[in-house]
Amino acid sequence: MSEFLDAITGGLQAGLGYQAIFFVLLAVGLNVHFGYTGLLNFGQAGFALLGAFGVAVSVVRWDLPFWVGIVIGLAAAVLLALLLGLPTLRLRADYLAIVTIAAAEILRLVFRSVGATAVTGGTRGLSGFNADFVALAPWAGGRQYDILGTRWSGAQLWLALVGWTLVALTSLLVWSLMRSPWGRVVKAIREDEDAARSLGKNVYAYKMQALVLGGVIGSLGGTVYALGLGSVNPDQYQNANTFLAYTALILGGAARIWGPILGGTILLFLVQFADTGLKALISNGIIPESLLSPTDVASLRFVLIGVGLMALLVFRPQGILGDRREVMLDAR
Amino acid sequence: MPAEPSPTTGSSAFHSGDAPRRLAQTALRSVPWEIGVAKPDPAVVVDGVTRTFGGLTAVSVDHLEIQRGGITGLIGPNGAGKTTLFNLLTGFDQPDTGTWSFDGRQLGKLSPHQVARLGVVRTFQLTKALSRLTVLQNMLLGAQGQRGEGFFRALVPGVWRGQEKANTERAMDLLARFKLDAKKDDFAGTLSGGQRKLLEMARALMSDPKVVMLDEPMAGVNPALTQSLLGHVKDLREQGMTVIFVEHDMDVVRDISDWVVVMAAGRVIAEGPPESISQNRAVVDAYLGAHHDAPLTVEEEDQVLAEAEREIAREENLDGEVFSSDVPPQERTEK
Repeated sequence: MSEFLDAITGGLQAGLGYQAIFFVLLAVGLNVHFGYTGLLNFGQAGFALLGAFGVAVSVVRWDLPFWVGIVIGLAAAVLLALLLGLPTLRLRADYLAIVTIAAAEILRLVFRSVGATAVTGGTRGLSGFNADFVALAPWAGGRQYDILGTRWSGAQLWLALVGWTLVALTSLLVWSLMRSPWGRVVKAIREDEDAARSLGKNVYAYKMQALVLGGVIGSLGGTVYALGLGSVNPDQYQNANTFLAYTALILGGAARIWGPILGGTILLFLVQFADTGLKALISNGIIPESLLSPTDVASLRFVLIGVGLMALLVFRPQGILGDRREVMLDAR
Repeated sequence: MPAEPSPTTGSSAFHSGDAPRRLAQTALRSVPWEIGVAKPDPAVVVDGVTRTFGGLTAVSVDHLEIQRGGITGLIGPNGAGKTTLFNLLTGFDQPDTGTWSFDGRQLGKLSPHQVARLGVVRTFQLTKALSRLTVLQNMLLGAQGQRGEGFFRALVPGVWRGQEKANTERAMDLLARFKLDAKKDDFAGTLSGGQRKLLEMARALMSDPKVVMLDEPMAGVNPALTQSLLGHVKDLREQGMTVIFVEHDMDVVRDISDWVVVMAAGRVIAEGPPESISQNRAVVDAYLGAHHDAPLTVEEEDQVLAEAEREIAREENLDGEVFSSDVPPQERTEK
């Protein structure tokens, strides 16, 4: 029983920690792209990488204050979005998908290349850039705090607070945009670009604005992750993160303000819960070790998540918050 | 041109009491039935527009004028280039050569949304209802010059709320006219095919267009709804809009058009008032194929005659009564 409680508190901590915030912010950005505008961005990890390295490189290499680094990261994300959007947004949706997936990979490979070591630290990455950020915490960063059976360091708690505030602010921004006429145009573009064009809407400009907005939100996710971990490494921003963020978005419900938030939290909770739970079951002898060794748990939990996601798509394709009628309209 | 109201025959009671003023019809009465003829008051002028897809010339129009305030029907067999011409005129496609203008303003090189903002809106052959938006949201999208459609102004509701309210009222008026007001909160994707056509037309009207281009507005619509759609199209003319529409149903074309343009194989092959079209030789040829009932030429006649004579001659030969040129008489007697 106590193991079960441990698994739950462990899951809670993961679902509220900086990793969850990372995925939630990625998913909020993807929600703008995919959920509302219908853009297929498969390279959200690239935006996150820029957000992370913006802070790290600015502080470590250029001796700038960390908040300048955040701004630099955001600016880089805007630039990336423009660069990706200019050639592809006039074309069909799949072209953006291909280009973004390639761009994310190119960014990661360039950042970890030997030639870039002087700036990005290459495969070893950079560390020691979050001290100023932790120092801003209104409480002692080094102390441990116990909240509802979960244990947080002061620094983690501070980051979670800032991170969830960011989630709240970006979600508020997305919400206020989507209920406005701007959001209506963007949703019309998702439904049918040509119809929007025939009604006098500059589809290209709207798609570009949406791409930049979602990319910038995604880069904030990378910044939070980097500040939480205290180090950056290009290989942390593999494109698998993009797909996990998509998972979170679809799990929660696309084109819903709370969808990515709920989805990201639940996804991280489940991953951690499955991990702790399975390990506990093995150590109790309920699952014989000949069947499953503790080292296999790390990969098995993702298998379980995958199976669960498939079941979700079969039985509840609209996600947790979605409207089934709305999703079924597409299946005509 | 004379502008006095002239009551027309055969138009159903579609408007609120007042007799329809078919100004365009009156104006076009004295126009000769010739291809590329100049109209008294053209809204749209097309000049030398061609569009090829590989080796196929989809559209090749030398000169075409569309009368302002009238309903111009665009007909032609499948593949005649009607929809391609629509796409060119509305900026959805770019021609290889040629220019076209609206109200004297050149439209070449403009993108679709710029054309739409000038007041030339279109509907599509395959209806483009925005499925996962409600009917009312569909309508509101049609409104032009919305302040809340800018990224930053969208964040300040005070800037656009008043305009939004006015637009909503206008949209509800239009929806009531098209009998869709009860469905305003339904997803457009749940509407029937005919209702989608109505919605698409109503949405186009939200932009206060000057020219409305309807691509097969009656296709796939049941007869009862066709009548109401027809009424709405006539209404547009009464409000002074210029209507260009593509249609295959000749009864519909005859009923509502002031002028008909016939296309075949990318060219305009005839134009004139609807009653002139059904007798037009080129039109009948285009629809039924040339030479379907053409009289024989002199050579053909001679050939047929000669054939028949030879046939008769051969038959008589077998009876052995008449001298035949190909078999000598001696041989026959030996047999």
